[in-house]
Amino acid sequence: MSAPFLKVEGLAKRFPGERGKSDLTVFENIHFGIEKGEFACIIGHSGCGKTTILNVLAGLDEASDGLVIMDGKEVRGPSLDRGVVFQGHALLPWLSALKNVEFGVRSRWPGWSAQQIHAHSTKYLEMVGLGHAMDKKPAELSGGMKQRVGIARAFAIEPKMLLLDEPFGALDALTRGTIQDELLAIVQATHQTVFMITHDVDEAILLADKIVLMSNGPYARIAEIVEVTLPRDRSRATMHHNPQFYRIRNHLVDFLVNRSHDFANGAAVDHDPLHPPLVRPGLESAGAEILPLPSAQQQPPHSNPTRIHKASA
Amino acid sequence: MSDKKPWLAPLLSVLFLALLIGLWQLATKQEQGAVVVDDEYAALIGAAAASGGKSAMPTPADVGAKLWEHLSDPFYDRGTNDKGIGIQLGHSIARVLMGFGLAALVAVPLGFVIGMSPLVYKALDPFIQILKPISPLAWMPLALYIIKDSGISAVFVIFICSLWPMLVNTAFGVASVRRDWINVARTLEVSRLRTAFHVILPAAAPTIMTGMRISIGIAWLVIVAAEMLVGGTGIGYFVWNEWNNLSIANIISAILFIGLIGMLLDNTLARLARAVTYKE
Ligand SMILES: Nc1ncnc2c1ncn2[C@@H]1O[C@H](COP(=O)(O)OP(=O)(O)OP(=O)(O)O)[C@@H](O)[C@H]1O
Ligand SMILES: [Mg+2]
Repeated sequence: MSAPFLKVEGLAKRFPGERGKSDLTVFENIHFGIEKGEFACIIGHSGCGKTTILNVLAGLDEASDGLVIMDGKEVRGPSLDRGVVFQGHALLPWLSALKNVEFGVRSRWPGWSAQQIHAHSTKYLEMVGLGHAMDKKPAELSGGMKQRVGIARAFAIEPKMLLLDEPFGALDALTRGTIQDELLAIVQATHQTVFMITHDVDEAILLADKIVLMSNGPYARIAEIVEVTLPRDRSRATMHHNPQFYRIRNHLVDFLVNRSHDFANGAAVDHDPLHPPLVRPGLESAGAEILPLPSAQQQPPHSNPTRIHKASA
Repeated sequence: MSDKKPWLAPLLSVLFLALLIGLWQLATKQEQGAVVVDDEYAALIGAAAASGGKSAMPTPADVGAKLWEHLSDPFYDRGTNDKGIGIQLGHSIARVLMGFGLAALVAVPLGFVIGMSPLVYKALDPFIQILKPISPLAWMPLALYIIKDSGISAVFVIFICSLWPMLVNTAFGVASVRRDWINVARTLEVSRLRTAFHVILPAAAPTIMTGMRISIGIAWLVIVAAEMLVGGTGIGYFVWNEWNNLSIANIISAILFIGLIGMLLDNTLARLARAVTYKE
C-alpha cells in the first residue's frame, strides 16, 4: 500500500517533570495515517493529548519524538497548507467577520487585488450562511456564528488539510446540529481532508470516515481505529435508522467508559502501537480473525467488535 | 433612577457649587476688618494686606472678575513677567506634549520589544525597577547641569515621568496578547512584521492607551512643579510669580485653569482609548 496523505510516525510528547520527579509522558508511540479526502475524528478522554497532537500536526507545537509527514514533506512549523479551526474560535475581535476572513486570504494570495480578496472571502462567508452578517464584529455575533466565521476563515485559504479542535464544543445542541450539517455538506462537496477532535460520539459518527480512539494518559496511545461503515451520504436526520449506527455508537461508548484506561495500566498486553487494530463494529466479514479485546475481562453484550485486519500505518 | 431624572445630577452639582461659593463668600467677608493678625504672618503677606484695608483672601467676586479679565484677553504679552494666561498655559501644554511625544516614541517600540522577548524583559527589568520610582523632579538638577537650558530641562523631566507608565503598560499589553491570536497569524503564515502591526498592536492598543492616559496625567502634574523650579514661562512659573506678587485671585484663577486643561487632556486620551478598544 502506498503511504497515506498524512502520516504520523512514533509521535511522543513529554514534559520535563518537576525537580526530583521523572518526566511526564503525555503520549508516545503514536502511529496513524489519514488518506487524501478522508475525514478522521479523534476521540479520547480529557487530558489524553488530543490538542497536543493537533497542534503538532498544525506545526504550532513540537513533538518530543517522532515526525509528521504530509504530502511527502515533513511538517515543520505552521503552514497555509493546513487550516486550523481553533476551539475558542480565535477571531480577531477588532476586525469584522469579513476582515477576519480577508486577513487569511490576503496572506494566502499576496498578489491578489482588494476586489479579488473581497470576492473570495465573501464567497466563503456566504457558504457558511453568514452573507448577511459580514460587517459585524465578533462581539456582535452569536457563538455559532463566530464558529462559522472561524470555519470560513480556515476553508477560504483552501488548505490541503483542515484541522479542527472541538469546533462545536461550546455550542448548544441545536446550533451544533445545524453547523454539523453545513460542515458535512461543504466537506462532501470539496472532498476536504479533515482531522477533527471531538467529545461527541454522534458527531464523530455523522462526520467521520474513521474514528481514532485514544486511550487515557499518561502514556496515551492510539487504542484502535474504528471505520464508520455507514453510507457516505448519511444525514443527521436518518442516520439513527440504520442499525449499524448503534453498533458503532455502542462500540465507541464502550471504549470510552470501559476500556480506555486499560492501556496505561498494562492490561492491553497484545496491543501493537505501530499497527493499531482497525475495527468495523458489527460487521463480521468472512475470514476475519477474532482476537480477544485488549481488556479481555468482559465482552459487552450489545456490541460485537471484530478485527478484520491490521491498519497498515 | 438616573434614567428617569437626568437633570438631577447636574442640579446637585450646581447646588454644591453654590454652597461652596457661599461658604467662601462668608469666610472672606468675616476676614474683612479683622485687624488682629499675627506679626510674622503680617510680615510675610505684606503690610497693605495685613493692615486690614483689604483681605489678601479674595472674595468669589474678586476671583470672578480676575477670571473674566484673563478670559477676555488671554494672549497679551507685556514682557517677561506679564504675559496672558493663555500664553503661559500654551507654554506648559507645548512642553507636556513634547516630552510626552518623545516618551511615546521611545516607550512604545521599546515596550513592544520587552513584551515580545522574555530575554530583553529580564535584562532590562532591573533598570526599570530602579528608575521608575525616582521622582521626576530629582532629575532636574542633573538635567540643568547637562542640558544647560531650563526649557529643554523641563521637557526632559516630562519625558522621564511619562516614559514609565507607557513602557510598562506597552510591555504588559504586548506580553499578554492572547496566544490564540498569534497562533492564527502563525498558521496563516503572516510575516512577523505584519503580525506585529495587524495582530499585536491592535490587541495591545487598549493597554497602551491606558499607559498613555496615566502618563499625560502625571506629566500635567509634574509640569507645574517643574516650571516653578526653572522659571521663565509656563503656568507653573505664573503661579509662583503671582505668589510673589501676592495676587491670590490670580493664583486661584490659575489653579482653575490647570484643572480644566488637565481634564481636557485626560478626556482627549480617554476618547482615543475608546476608539481602539474592542469587545471580546
Ligand atoms: N506545559 C505543560 N506542562 C506540563 N503538562 C502539560 C503542559 N501542557 C499540557 N500538559 C499536559 O498534557 C496533557 C494533554 O493536554 P491536551 O491539551 O493535549 O489534552 P486534550 O486531550 O486536548 O484534553 P481536552 O479534551 O480536555 O481538550 C494534559 O494532561 C496536560 O496536563
Ligand atoms: Mg483539547
